[in-house]
Amino acid sequence: MQQANPSQPTRVIARHPGAHLAWIGKGFLLLLAVLAIIVLVRSFFDNPQLFIQIVISGLQLGFVYALIALGYTMVYGIVRLINFAHGDVFMVGAFVSYFAVSYFNLHLWPTVVFPGIPVGVAVVIGSITVILLSMIVCAMMAAVIERVAYRPLRTAPRITALITAIGVSFFLEYFGALNFVFTARFIPYQRPFSVVTWYIKDGIHLVVAGQAAPIGSITFSNIAIIIMVASILMQVALQFLVRRTKTGKAMRATAFDKQTAQLMGINADQVISITFAIGAALAGMGGVLYAIAYPSINTLMGILPGLKAFVAAVLGGIGSIPGAFVGALIMGQAESLTAGYISTPMRDAIAFSILIIVLLVRPTGIFGEPEGEKA
Amino acid sequence: MLLEVENLNVYYGAIHALQGISFHVAEGEIVTLIGANGAGKSTTLRTISGLLRSRGGSIRFRDQEIGTVTPEQIVRLGISQVPEGRKIFAPLTVQENLEMGAYTRRDPSEIQATMQRVFASFPRLKERMNQLGGTLSGGEQQMLAMGRGLMSRPSLLLLDEPSMGLSPILTEEIFRIIREINSQGTSILLVEQNALMALSVAHRAYVLETGNIVVHGTAREVSENPQVKNAYLGIAS
Ligand SMILES: Nc1ncnc2c1ncn2[C@@H]1O[C@H](COP(=O)(O)OP(=O)(O)OP(=O)(O)O)[C@@H](O)[C@H]1O
Ligand SMILES: [Mg+2]
Repeated sequence: MQQANPSQPTRVIARHPGAHLAWIGKGFLLLLAVLAIIVLVRSFFDNPQLFIQIVISGLQLGFVYALIALGYTMVYGIVRLINFAHGDVFMVGAFVSYFAVSYFNLHLWPTVVFPGIPVGVAVVIGSITVILLSMIVCAMMAAVIERVAYRPLRTAPRITALITAIGVSFFLEYFGALNFVFTARFIPYQRPFSVVTWYIKDGIHLVVAGQAAPIGSITFSNIAIIIMVASILMQVALQFLVRRTKTGKAMRATAFDKQTAQLMGINADQVISITFAIGAALAGMGGVLYAIAYPSINTLMGILPGLKAFVAAVLGGIGSIPGAFVGALIMGQAESLTAGYISTPMRDAIAFSILIIVLLVRPTGIFGEPEGEKA
Repeated sequence: MLLEVENLNVYYGAIHALQGISFHVAEGEIVTLIGANGAGKSTTLRTISGLLRSRGGSIRFRDQEIGTVTPEQIVRLGISQVPEGRKIFAPLTVQENLEMGAYTRRDPSEIQATMQRVFASFPRLKERMNQLGGTLSGGEQQMLAMGRGLMSRPSLLLLDEPSMGLSPILTEEIFRIIREINSQGTSILLVEQNALMALSVAHRAYVLETGNIVVHGTAREVSENPQVKNAYLGIAS
């Protein structure tokens, strides 16, 4: 660490031409933060129900972004590649579940195989099966993409692989848009289970189908709960995998230094494939849950959530798994609060404003360590 | 013969780093490869480990050709390398680093037994089991690197400059452990710049100069070679 010399501040600036820019950025950010907090506090006291409602929808969004962001950050951690096709894997996850439900009634298999099974149990098992199928298909697809498109470029300059990733992304989007694949239309999505909504006003009550919740109440749905639980479960499972299992330790070792990992007898290519597959499985699950929450799907549906999850990963510190999670929750709130209090179209702008601010002020993100230490 | 290297030719682009070198390591031996900076010592070890490929020539381990075998498979065959500069996995704990050394092995109780043996040689590592590898001192990192290299229970251990950056006392200690490892039955190919120390533990030695072996023989013969005395041992002849 270099100590700044207070008597010669000009030299510090001279050494880092971007230093004063970062200062302006920091000041600007601080101002923004203060403004945002004032606005939020005022909004909260003006109408607490509305505020909580917005936070809940932000959580729902944030937890989906978390599922996608984990894949970005894991893949970046191990091969230093921003896998821009990741958002499209998310889209494929949604479509796989669409076909499974609307064409093959996969969600109903328990009632077919075990006719006497209680309806509730059947729905749960059926829905989990649908999600698992999407996860498996996405995992296999990502492993193939890695093998075909990225592995041959392992030793090429990073920009080559990055451009290839964008190419793969376009391929998935527009191949999917062909008429004999997913078509380019927006397709109404059939949920494997139905939405149940509750409202909170003097206790928790069920919203009767076809009726609106009373004015001034806070509503939440089973979908929001499922998304949060699933996302947290995946985060915990991933932490366990990475910290405790042999494969997870090999992933961390390979991410840190691939050649030395090979000297330990670790098959680095295999570990990299596994990393892509896990990230894709999580994105696939995210795709299904997103489609269930916002039931209209299209081959371009992965672009914006993918980019926002990418921003979340950068915000949290790309390469850091807890960072991706925290970043995603922040992104969900930023988007939801912007849509609620400023204007709906602004919500996409805010995501990319955050990206720009992070890159200016703290490019390594919240949990990130300075680059360069890694081999 | 444990390891038999013949006519290695390794290139980095247009740079001809190894220009047809041949040498061998017999079962139970400590063989040292000495040479100045850039002579090609690390290149030799990296080629044996499968990270680099030779153009022509052959590398035979227990009479099996390993010139085209993958690095991870070579570890399974029984060759382990402690790379130059330690290359500790900084974000992993000491224990996890050692576990990575045993990656190719399955039986947890046997791995545990090997780890206890490593701790017996390097008691310092045991005290620091849960410390992150990156926070160890240079000397401790060297011990960890050697311990990690032993965790696969290799029959041939490749050591790349184990004394680099260590104090004289620690260097003595490391060389004492090298002898100890060897006396327990592990053959060693030792790359060193510290020719004096290397020749004092080795049975045989090869001197590498810009990709060619220029002198070889028993450690005694090599240390008495006037050219070696002059260039590597700092003794005017
Ligand atoms: N990745 C590389 N790309 C190009 N040239 C390389 C590369 N690695 C090594 N070289 C060159 O190959 C030659 C041999 O290098 P090597 O690392 O094997 O030397 P060394 O004997 O281990 O030296 P030292 O004692 O400094 O570690 C040197 O001239 C070096 O510059
Ligand atoms: Mg070297």
